[in-house]
Amino acid sequence: MMASKPKLHYPNGRGRMESVRWVLAAAGVEFDEDFLETKEQLQKLQDGNHLLFQQVPMVEIDGMKLVQTRSILHYIADKHHLFGKDLKERTLIDMYVEGTLDLLELIIMHPFLKPDDQQKEVVIMAQKAIIRYFPVFEKVLRGHGQRFLVGNQLSLADIILLQTILALEEKIPNILSAFPHLQEFTVKISNIPTIKKFLEPGSKKKPPPDDIYVRTVYNVFMP
Amino acid sequence: MEGKPVLHYFKARGRMESIRWFLAAAGVEFEEKFIETAEDLNKLKNDGSLMFKQVPMVEIDGMKLVQTRAILNYLSTKYNLYGKDTKERVLIDMYTEGVADVNEMMIRLPVCPRDQKEATIAKIKEKTTVHFLPAFEKVLSHGQDYLLGSKLCRADIHLVEILHYVEELDPSLLANYPLLRALKARVSNLPGLKKFLQPGGQRQPPTDEKMLEEARKVFKF
Repeated sequence: MMASKPKLHYPNGRGRMESVRWVLAAAGVEFDEDFLETKEQLQKLQDGNHLLFQQVPMVEIDGMKLVQTRSILHYIADKHHLFGKDLKERTLIDMYVEGTLDLLELIIMHPFLKPDDQQKEVVIMAQKAIIRYFPVFEKVLRGHGQRFLVGNQLSLADIILLQTILALEEKIPNILSAFPHLQEFTVKISNIPTIKKFLEPGSKKKPPPDDIYVRTVYNVFMP
Repeated sequence: MEGKPVLHYFKARGRMESIRWFLAAAGVEFEEKFIETAEDLNKLKNDGSLMFKQVPMVEIDGMKLVQTRAILNYLSTKYNLYGKDTKERVLIDMYTEGVADVNEMMIRLPVCPRDQKEATIAKIKEKTTVHFLPAFEKVLSHGQDYLLGSKLCRADIHLVEILHYVEELDPSLLANYPLLRALKARVSNLPGLKKFLQPGGQRQPPTDEKMLEEARKVFKF
């Protein structure tokens, strides 16, 4: 019996599902998407007991209905060998991913801030990236001289960091100017065939959030 | 000989409390180095101990672990409370993340501005009663002692910690959840947790206005 493709349930936009799209794509896994456009669609998922905590993201995969972004990411990473070779590597990957997700969270929330606060927040994001997060990863890459952050092979840490760097570059084009190793990292990881394909037009990568996306989110999730 | 884990954090619940709960429940003795002055914090930030210049940080097995989830993932694996296979692990992860969502609201409550406090408490109550408590009560309807069945796992510990906070906020919130109340009693009675929760145990009290004022003075925020 052929395994069916994973199916993603979420609005048609980045939000909390985009990391899942990145990791599936990087692992070379094709997937389907059921876009949430109305409150009624969300209600239907909730009433049908498809959502453990009545929330999305939800991913149907391997006979399960997985919720909670990190749970989904960890499951896919485990399945596709993106979590290091042992507990020590796994823990390092975990720490890097958690730090990066803290930064990505600011990007995810940004479209939903008041317009007056949005410009201020871009400055805060840039500061956090440049002062707290990028120096760590720059040092790691400079230290071992390898292509990947951990264990000389692609992991969840590389994928989530690349996602975050590219999202930040959309708002702050020169954000990597002081980080030559991260610049090199960005080029090298982007050129991995599965990721290169995901970065090309026509892929399932979603565009930056716009007014339509914000309105859809309010329509679907606001009581 | 393996030394005890050493926890670096403020003398408060915050983001370290779930790690304290876990270690206590797992029967693992731990030491704490409390950050009590701005100098203590700056020393840690400047000596390379903190990957992202943030606490919590836990010294264990020759590593300085940061990021609450990474720390708990490591500890859960080390102390065999993370399920026996991938399917159990993903279930545990989902339960744990659901608890973490509520815990995040609890962690932020003490520092929320006074004029927003009532609205924030209302939001916590809503989230717990609509999304959270019913989901876990339903899981326990399998009639066995713990979330995954007959064996304790990390998710039981994290959940029971939050049930304590929900009860602190408003005891009536747990009234309609007999299975959750039973789990709470069962897990709270584990020897390590029983000791932890008694006076003199390593559990931190709720963060009140006075503690916050002191912290603001010391750490200037």
